[in-house]
Amino acid sequence: MRDLTRLSLTELSALLKKREVSARETAEAYLARMRAVEPDIKAYLSVEEARALAQAGEIDRRRAAGEALSPLAGAPAALKDNICTAWGRTTCASKMLYNFRSPYDAAAVEKLESAGCVFLGKANMDEFAMGSSTENSSVQVTKNPRDTSRVPGGSSGGPAAAVAADEAAFALGSDTGGSIRQPAAFCGVVGMKPTYGRVSRYGLIAFASSLDQIGPLTKTVEDCALALDAVCGYDERDSTSVPGKKTNFAQAAKREIAGMRLALPAELMGEGTAPGVRDAVLIAAKRYEALGAAVEEVRMPTLSYALPAYYILSSAEASSNLGRFDGVRYGYRAEGCDTLEEMYLRSRSEGFGPEVQRRILLGTFALSAGYYDAYYKKALQVRTLISRAFEEVFARFDAVLSPVAPTAAYRIGEKTADPLEMYLGDICTVPVNIAGLPALSLPCGEAEGLPVGMQLIGRAFDEGTLLALGAAYERAHGAYHLMAPAFGG
Amino acid sequence: MQYETVIGLEIHIELKTESKIFCSCPTTFGAPPNTQICPVCMGMPGALPVLNKKVVEYAVKAGLATHCEIASYSKMDRKNYVYPDLPKAYQISQYDLPLCTGGYVAIETPEGEKRVRLTRIHIEEDAGKLTHDAALGTLFDCNRCGVPLIEIVTEPDLRSAQEALDFLEKLRAAILYTGISDCRMNEGSMRCDVNLSVRPAGSDTLGTRTETKNLNSFQSVRRTVEYEAARQAAALEAGEPIAQETRRFDQGSGRTYSMRSKENANDYRYFPDPDLCAVELSQSEIRRLRGEIPQLPEERRAGYMERYGLSRYDAGQLTNEREVAAYFEEAAELTAYPKILANLLTGEVFRLRGQDGAVPVSPAHMAALSTLIGEGRVNSSAGKKVLAALWERDEEPSAVVRRLGLEQVGDEATLRGLLAEAVAANPNAVADYRAGKASALQAVMGHVMKAAGGRADPVKLRALLEEMLK
Repeated sequence: MRDLTRLSLTELSALLKKREVSARETAEAYLARMRAVEPDIKAYLSVEEARALAQAGEIDRRRAAGEALSPLAGAPAALKDNICTAWGRTTCASKMLYNFRSPYDAAAVEKLESAGCVFLGKANMDEFAMGSSTENSSVQVTKNPRDTSRVPGGSSGGPAAAVAADEAAFALGSDTGGSIRQPAAFCGVVGMKPTYGRVSRYGLIAFASSLDQIGPLTKTVEDCALALDAVCGYDERDSTSVPGKKTNFAQAAKREIAGMRLALPAELMGEGTAPGVRDAVLIAAKRYEALGAAVEEVRMPTLSYALPAYYILSSAEASSNLGRFDGVRYGYRAEGCDTLEEMYLRSRSEGFGPEVQRRILLGTFALSAGYYDAYYKKALQVRTLISRAFEEVFARFDAVLSPVAPTAAYRIGEKTADPLEMYLGDICTVPVNIAGLPALSLPCGEAEGLPVGMQLIGRAFDEGTLLALGAAYERAHGAYHLMAPAFGG
Repeated sequence: MQYETVIGLEIHIELKTESKIFCSCPTTFGAPPNTQICPVCMGMPGALPVLNKKVVEYAVKAGLATHCEIASYSKMDRKNYVYPDLPKAYQISQYDLPLCTGGYVAIETPEGEKRVRLTRIHIEEDAGKLTHDAALGTLFDCNRCGVPLIEIVTEPDLRSAQEALDFLEKLRAAILYTGISDCRMNEGSMRCDVNLSVRPAGSDTLGTRTETKNLNSFQSVRRTVEYEAARQAAALEAGEPIAQETRRFDQGSGRTYSMRSKENANDYRYFPDPDLCAVELSQSEIRRLRGEIPQLPEERRAGYMERYGLSRYDAGQLTNEREVAAYFEEAAELTAYPKILANLLTGEVFRLRGQDGAVPVSPAHMAALSTLIGEGRVNSSAGKKVLAALWERDEEPSAVVRRLGLEQVGDEATLRGLLAEAVAANPNAVADYRAGKASALQAVMGHVMKAAGGRADPVKLRALLEEMLK
């Protein structure tokens, strides 16, 4: 019998539609796969076996009754554990929310639920999405399925590892400064950060509200288009959500790319870029030229300010967003406190891990009286300049090509001692969030046996062009995940 | 030394929109605890605010009713502080770009009209309510979280408790007219902070101020101003410095107490709320809202003085409340005696109407009663009896007059007959009058009134008597 977990979402969808396989057997196959590999990978924080099987049964019943179902009906999915679900727990991989049950589903979850997706469980992450290796999870360290001595990236390391180890047909992550794209690159799968406002943030536990965006992690670019179609769309509950027509990214991904123009900014392939990464991205550039696109090196000097601006803006917003976790109404509360102040202090000191506390302190400082102008306000000005720099590039180009990260996946524990070192790994991804743009991360080769991801950045609300570029690359050179050996196999 | 008191007020007013400022929960006052809540107003993880358009419209109306500039672009900011009644640990408010700026409210002072300048009006959300229970501990009711508020901040233009109260009355009247709030201080839908400093009379630099928070009655505002002004003056007199601090007023003792000093003041770390978009208003929207505001008390008062010849005071009394003004205007159309109508309303009617302010007599009947008095068919004391009867049962006043036999006796022959008897019965009073004591006639008049059952026309009566005694 063929292994259903090795199929792309697109292939699986076709089989389900033709009723060649049932949602039930698909869910069972994935649950079996999870039982087999989860002890080595540790991608999930909670698994919803009974619920998943019930959901799958319901889909089969509806399909048998002749209902027209969405392409995602019966597709098993993993959700990052900062996306609220009215079932199970939503913990953000934090001791602070170890017992938290959300009273409601996130908008993106509602959309997938109505599309008939089968939820396998909630996936691991850096605590409150702060980190780049998933080592900041308060629960467990997730292993990279391509090399289990290495990190899966972060903060959506759980979702990325789940997809890469065939423990989910696709997953939803969140991306504040690269948290979908970088783990996708480290794990050799596809990830997209959609345009800010494309996917409702309602029900995404906020890290930095002006930067956060939910997006899919998938096995192929085609799959990415399919999943994005299912989760995006206007939501009146999110004031920053943008109204628009119903999307058809699955169709957009089929567009011709000959004649498209790609910019290659030197600033995103600077000194810190590993030679293997640089080579892989430059080869990808050549391959695009061979496919009829034009590639030109450009300068975007303001991008060198992106990293400090990002860490100020994201930490400032986080310091405010995380204020609500105080032990009063839900979540972790320190025992045996005599005063309100002691309860606050101890609950937060014991409930938050070191990286989260570092960012809260950083952000609180940046917003303090007397420092606001020097830090927060300055960072907002940088934000405007970076947006402008992208606008100028997009006046001449259809997309920007860069590495996703300066290196491939590093070893577990390699960078935990030096937070700054870890922050520097976000250099290529944070400008995209700062400017609110969409970006696709897809594997473009290997460096020392590890997958390397390239990033395609597009105009606001032009995910279609990115998907077309990504899909053309995969048509010509294959989808990395489908060609790579299965984990443990 | 003589000291001058300098006062600025910050007033919080709850807007009576149907739903809360950032979610669709109802805002009904007095509902059982935690029955008007949802993930948004509870600040649950992942929930997001969406600004209620009505809140913006109501706040704009408050601004228009107080002569403010309305900002075409304003924004929402987060005010970060930690307290158990604030589930998100920040209050969504407006910091540097408020919705309304630079208006005024005019008050009457012995020196004439004074314009109390408004610095700004902004919109924000209310916090929840904590109840401290000896057995159960501290209880949290989230119903009030997200109830929409406007905060009105004045310049330090007020100089006495009386001015502060007059200002609050006028402000309240203007807000009530717009229909955006009940302004019920006892229900907390209007609350006031008093910023106060004193300085030597004649000085033009401001002294160090204190802020007394959350006063929930006009009386408390008055007592706070009086207490703080005296306390600060006494301190300066004794050579002690005034601490810049937040204080609270204790109703029992009538004193204010220090809550926290400036050094311990919160750093609110204001920054623009990234979950909300800027508030943008077009000129046509502002025009539309202006069109929805009824004529305001000041304008109406001037109209009453001109059109009906009312005194400034009476006109003011009748225009303070929109309902009273509407009642007066409706009745005034139906009688040729608007001044008598005004006297009836500001006198007997204000005395008779209860807490809820309801008047059980129709404007048409009130107008008819005014006409009866105006035409001399009943005198004013009989008029009061008629009004009391109408209060019990609202009917045609002329029917009441007939039934109670209150028709005024104005027939000259009858009056002369009664007068002749009275003059004969009061020889001493007549003698006194003739000796130059005008007030002595009262005894004779009283005699006639008694004989006529109080129905004699007093004006005619006096004229006839003076003629008889010439």
